[in-house]
Parts: sequence; structure tokens; C-alpha cells
Amino acid sequence: MLHFSGLAKFAMPNNDGVVPVLQLTEINGYVKISPDNMVTLVCPNPEFGQNVMTSLPMMVAEELGVDWEKVVVEMGPHDSVKLGPQFTGGSNSMRMYWKPLREAGATARNMLMLAAAGSWSVPIEELTTKEGVIYHDKSGRKATYGEMAAKAAAIPVPKGVKLKSVKDFNVVRTSQKNVEGAKIVSGKPLFGLDYKHEGMLIAMIQHPPAFGMKLKSFDASAALKMPGIKDVFSVKLFEDGFEQGGFDVRTFNDLLVVVGKTTWEVMNARKKLIVAWMPAGDTKDTMGGRGGKKEVIVPGELETTATQLIKMQEYAKKPAQQLRKDGDPETAFKNAAQIIERTYNAPFLAHNCMEPMNFFAHVTDEKALLVGPLQAPGWTEPTLAKVLKLPPEKIEIQMTRMGGGFGRRAYGHYLVEAALISRKVKAPVKLIYSREDDSTYGIYRPMYTATYRAALDSNKKLLAFHVKGGGIPEHAIHANRFPAGAVDNYLAESWEIPSNITVGAFRAPRSNFNAAAEQSFLDELAEAMGKDPIDFRLQLLKRAKENPVGKNNEYDADRYAGVLELVRSKSGWNGAEHNKFSRGVAAYFCHNSYAAHVVDLTLKDGEPYIERVFSAIDCGIVINPDAAANMVQGAVVDGIGNSLYGGLTHKDGVVEENNFHKYRVIRMHEAPKKIDVSFVQNDIDPTGLGEPPFPPVFGAVANALYKASGKRYYQQPFALPQSNVRSV
Amino acid sequence: MIFSNLSIPNMITLNINKKIYKLDADPETPLLWVLRDHIGLVGTKYGCGVAQCGACVVHLDGEAVRSCVTKASRAQGKKVVTIEGLSASNSHPLQKAWLELDVSQCGYCQAGQIMSAAVLLRENKNPSEQDINDAMAGNICRCGTYLRIREAIQLAAKESV
Repeated sequence: MLHFSGLAKFAMPNNDGVVPVLQLTEINGYVKISPDNMVTLVCPNPEFGQNVMTSLPMMVAEELGVDWEKVVVEMGPHDSVKLGPQFTGGSNSMRMYWKPLREAGATARNMLMLAAAGSWSVPIEELTTKEGVIYHDKSGRKATYGEMAAKAAAIPVPKGVKLKSVKDFNVVRTSQKNVEGAKIVSGKPLFGLDYKHEGMLIAMIQHPPAFGMKLKSFDASAALKMPGIKDVFSVKLFEDGFEQGGFDVRTFNDLLVVVGKTTWEVMNARKKLIVAWMPAGDTKDTMGGRGGKKEVIVPGELETTATQLIKMQEYAKKPAQQLRKDGDPETAFKNAAQIIERTYNAPFLAHNCMEPMNFFAHVTDEKALLVGPLQAPGWTEPTLAKVLKLPPEKIEIQMTRMGGGFGRRAYGHYLVEAALISRKVKAPVKLIYSREDDSTYGIYRPMYTATYRAALDSNKKLLAFHVKGGGIPEHAIHANRFPAGAVDNYLAESWEIPSNITVGAFRAPRSNFNAAAEQSFLDELAEAMGKDPIDFRLQLLKRAKENPVGKNNEYDADRYAGVLELVRSKSGWNGAEHNKFSRGVAAYFCHNSYAAHVVDLTLKDGEPYIERVFSAIDCGIVINPDAAANMVQGAVVDGIGNSLYGGLTHKDGVVEENNFHKYRVIRMHEAPKKIDVSFVQNDIDPTGLGEPPFPPVFGAVANALYKASGKRYYQQPFALPQSNVRSV
Repeated sequence: MIFSNLSIPNMITLNINKKIYKLDADPETPLLWVLRDHIGLVGTKYGCGVAQCGACVVHLDGEAVRSCVTKASRAQGKKVVTIEGLSASNSHPLQKAWLELDVSQCGYCQAGQIMSAAVLLRENKNPSEQDINDAMAGNICRCGTYLRIREAIQLAAKESV
């Protein structure tokens, strides 16, 4: 399918409010070229700081053969026909677009060359290209891509165009700066909250004060008298029986909305609302999706953290669902000379994106325009279509830069809310969550626990491994991950406790708990067996490689061992550096990449302080090395912060940490002095990096804390006093 | 647009980035929202609204203030500088250092980080790591770019000498 577009549309006006319009020829969804040879590359995936707006177009530029310095990058609109899945999450961007984007670049280059070959009546084999110019050396002719663009766009799209060999890369694998860096440091409007539209109103939602409560009645008379206020009303998000997809999670269904002229006026008017809330009781959700339609009962209990913990202890004793079993673990445990059993707990976590949830919507009877920060437009569009009863082609979604995401913005309920509000007030509206709204009606990381058991024989040989994990409302167990495959007798089980606390993806879902628990347990196990923690893991990985137990082992034992070996050498594990500080190691595989960290820690007046971290990563080909290192450093800081301080608690359904004075996040003085990042060098197709480095930080911090204090840390966040309870 | 209730005009006059603005806004409105909603200078960010995160830092007569808790009335008669007014075309040593070290990830907090660092650098030409940690503890970065921020401040200090 060819697109000869006349005008390229830019999602956002520049700082002077001027929308630049350029004559561009669209060769394919990702490549547009102007007659004066300005090359515009379109980024398909939303940007939330993982730097896809730079790294994805680099793949196109590599094959297109243009000067990266002169390329203009723009964020694409939501258009899955032209731009593919457009999903930011699961560390998928590099993996998902590696082939399509290189093909788009190579195909566009081929079409430009075909156009030149046709114009000059020469065989295409005699043409070469360099930095956006086509050369025919024999005749001395040359033409810019811009001069050939219109002709090229009229050529049928060729198939199977050959891609460059890895050894010929000159854009990919070079460090290129964030294409929006200059706009960021000068305060240009980039984010959803910065978006403006003619006649735009501001809306905020007053939500129930607690999980398990709902709107009973309200008196808006005082609020309506406040300056700038246009309307106060309640709106239902989903009608009864609405079939929800997996990413239609929403915290509250009956919304009380205040709409006005400016943010501050709406914030003030909201304080004047007189609202009566009532217990929601048990409610019913209808879930659609792959498993077919099913009804789910959401319990109405007003939950409290202490009670949640007790409930988890009770559930942990009950029979659980078996996820995987190898060999005969029951007999192995019966015959064991020694059994080591430890239980690990972790709290709910809030994403705390620096830019609170918000979205712009302008909905009429005919169409809908939505603009703002969103990770997965393709998942939200069908929901919008159903709720608004509009055909998907009448719904236009534009993605702004996101002020953080971490999984939170994969759940597009706030678009649906904004759309319903706009339709009700018949005006363009921007829905804004205050920080308190963002903190207290989130889609959180679940609360987790897991009990690990290991059976040793009298020679301290590992006979069996057992993990039984649960959570509110979801468990975290990955049954086919290491050390599955490395132990003859293995059992993984899970259980879950229903809850009305809404949960969802949080940077490396489930792995972010598993890595903490399992990597701490392996450390303790290595010590009990008298082994070096890295040697111990490598021995297990050797077994998994040479003679794997069971099927469906998700990881590549060689690559897993590779990051451990690299971090061992980079950190000077066997040298003088080893004893400078209290040192912990952990490694993990998730989202198709491998990561290992060595954390060097000291205790200052009992407070943990991370001196330095060594990180070793295998994510295949590293597209943009310096930006990749930045992301690993960020993940390490985030991991330290969440492991030491992160946690969300409830009292009678009320979220207790409603802003940053109560929810402790890591700050500058708590960040390590140095984070040394190394990548395994190989030519394997690239995999993601947003998530994989994050989970093992938790384990490495816990293991370093043990070295520093002589105490094992079983309960997150680690900076809080640890109770002496060893197992649930 | 029809509003059910007409507000009485509250004229306030502000000097922002060397430009005079006369606005119809409640003087009690935080400077943050005057900048963002009334003037359209959106480089100053809303992060928490309670002076905890530093995303909204601006300069008031050269001092770093949290614009989310600074009433517009307090800024009257004073000079306000926002990230948009820190330099012409990213020429401030901090902006240059930020770009040189490619500090930003999501970028949302970075304007506030730079505005806080600018005051530190003016007061302390050669800040140690400890000085930087002390001065920047009020600015949260959820992406965890703290190490590069520290490095960028030190690079800017070197470049400014």
C-alpha cells in the first residue's frame, strides 16, 4: 500500500503556537522526505523515557542510509495499519520493531534507487547511496533522496529487500543523543499536561475515599458557585455487564466530575463538594478476552494492611495450585538431611509517574480526538469505540511524551473517563489527576509473598527446590524460570486472594518480586552449602545447560551465566575490590534479556547507603550504547529506591501514602556514587532493556545488606525495621 | 463559553522572564498554575502540589522557590525566571551539560532539576558531591537519572569557570 501524503501533520504546535506544515512525500509509514531532502522518521511507539524516539528511528536510518544528524524525528499518531502494534511495555519495542523498521528503511532506500534507475535508465546495481544521496558513478550523475521521493512513492513496494549485515552498521551501535533532549531542557511543551486546545476546559474527578466504597449522593451547589466552574456531574465509566479486556482495569466506576476553566479553580471547587459515600459491597465484573466471557466477584471489604498480611499467612498454609513439578520433590524433602525454608514479603507499590495521569478528549456525536500520555493506544481504542459507540476509524489518538509510565499508562481508563466527560459537557476537556488522585486510585503492583524451601543431603548437595507463592490479588511465580531446569526435584505452586485493590503491570511485573525473593534465597542457600554465590549459580546453570531438567525452561543458561561471569570480572569479585564494602550479587532473566548486578553497600548510622554498583547486561545488539547505559543506571536507582523505601499500605480501604511526603521515593543523596554498566558483546537480535535490569537490584541489595548487618532481609521495603518472623 | 457565575476580575501584574504580564487571576492562585494555565509557560511542571518533588522550581528574585506553593501575589513586584527564561537557545552551562551528558530519560522533572541546580551553581562555583546531594535532595527523578544530574552539575561548574 502506497501513501503519497500531501501534508504531514505535527501533533503539537511549537512554543509560539505555530503548527509547522511541510511538503513531505511519505515513502512508507516510517519515512517521509521533503523535496529539499529533509528526512523525517516516524517513531511508532510511545516515549516514556526509554528513549524509543531515538533508538527506533536509528534502525530506520541505518538501512535508509541517511545522515542521522540531519534526520527529523516525529512521534507517529495511533495508526496500527501503517505503524504496527505501537505498544510501549514488556520491554518489547526493540524486539518488536527490529525487523519491520529495518525493512522499512531498506525498502524505502530501494524504492528511491529504483526511481533513480528509472529516471536515468541505468541498472539499479550500478547505483550507490551515501547520506541521503544516490550516485551513479559511471555517468557521474547524482540525486538527493528528496529529488527522487515523489517518483519513489509511486513505485510498487518491493518485497524481500536485503538488509545490511551487522558488521556494516554505522548508526545502530553508535551512541546518539535523545532527539528531544534540547526541548526537554528548555521547557518546551512535550507532555500530555502541556497540551492545549482551543476552548479547552479542565476536569477533575472526585473518587471514593477508600477501596470498597462508592458514590451515594452529592450536593454540588457550593462547588458550582465557585469561580470558573462550569459543571458538576456524575458519570458511569462502564455500563453493567460491560465486557472488560485485560487492560480495562479501572479503580472506580461511578465518577463525580468537576469541570471548569482552570486547574486551580477546579481544585478549589472540588473541596466544596458535599459527598456521601457508601460501601460498594461485593460487585460483579464481566471479563472478556481470550478465556471467553466470565463473571468475577470483586469483594467489598475495606482492607487494612495488617489484615492483608494475616490473610496471606492463612492462605500460605492451604493447598495451592501446582504450576510445575519435576521429579519427586515430596520424597526428596522427606529424605533430606537439612531443609532450609524462608518466606519473603513485599508490599503494594505505586508507580508514582512524575506526570500524574491526564488526557485530553474532544468527543462529539461523530468523532473523538484524544491526546495525551499512553503506553498502548491499540488496547484502549477498542474500549473507547465500545463505550462511545463510535467506529474505531472515527477515534483519533495522539500520543504525547509521557512523564514516566512504568506500566501504569498501559491502562487507559483515564482516556475513557476524559472522553465521557468531554461528551457530557460538549466541549474539549483535559482530565487531570492531582498527585493525591494519582497515588490513591492507582493500578498498583500487587502485594506478594513467597516461601522457598530447599532440601539438602548430608553432603550439602541440593536435592530439591520448592517455591509456593501468592499475592493480593495476584501471585508472582514464574514456574519455568531459573532454577527450574537445574534441580532434579522441583515444585512451583501458587495461590491468590481476591481483592478490590486494583493492580496491574509495574516495571517487570512479577519478576520485580521474584528476583528479590529467589535471589536472596539462593544467596542464603549458597552460604549454607559453603559455596561462593556466583559459583553456586554458575554450577546450577551448567547443569541446566548440559542436562536440563523438564521442559519449557524459559531462559538460555549460557547467556544467564554470561552476565554473571561479566559482572564477576568487572566488579573484581575475586580481587581486592571485593572487600572494600559489603557486597551482594544477584542475576535475573526476564523480558528476553539478562542482567546481573553487584551492589557495594555500607551502613551509616544503621541506614543503608549504596556506594557503587556493577551491572552486566545481555540484551543482544545494543542499539544506542550510552542511552542504554543511562537506562540501566536508572533501573538500578529505581530498584534501590523501591527495595529500600517503596510501599503502599491501606487502612480500612484508604491508601495511606497519598503524596511524596508519605510515599518515600529515592532521592539524589540516596543514589549510588557510581554505577558501572557493561554489555555482553554479541550479534543476537536486540531485546529490551526497560525492565530486565530492574528486578535483580532488589536481590543484590538484600544480599549486600546481609553482608553489612549479618541479618537477612525478608521484608520489603528493607529500610523499615525487619521483624524477626522468619516464615509466614 | 458561558459560565454560570462571573468572577470579579482580579488583576495581577507579574514580571516573568523579563516580560510584564497583566492577568485576570485570583492572587491566591499558586504561581505554578498562573504560569501554566494563564500564561501558557508549561516548562514548569506540576508534580505534587505540596513542595515535595521540585518539578515546579522557578526563580523568584534569583531564589529557587516551589511555584506550586508560592501564591501569585507573592511574586508581584519580583522577577520570576522560569526554565523558558533561563537562557536564550539552551546556552546556560547547565543546559549545555545536560545535553552533553544526555541526562534526561522521561524528562518531566528535568526543568525543575536545572532550575534548582542553577541557584546552587550561582552560590557555589565548585560544588562537591556532598554539596550537590544537599542542594538537590528536594528534586525527585523517578527515572533515576541522579548520577548524570550530579555529573552534569559538575561539568557545568567546570565550564563556567
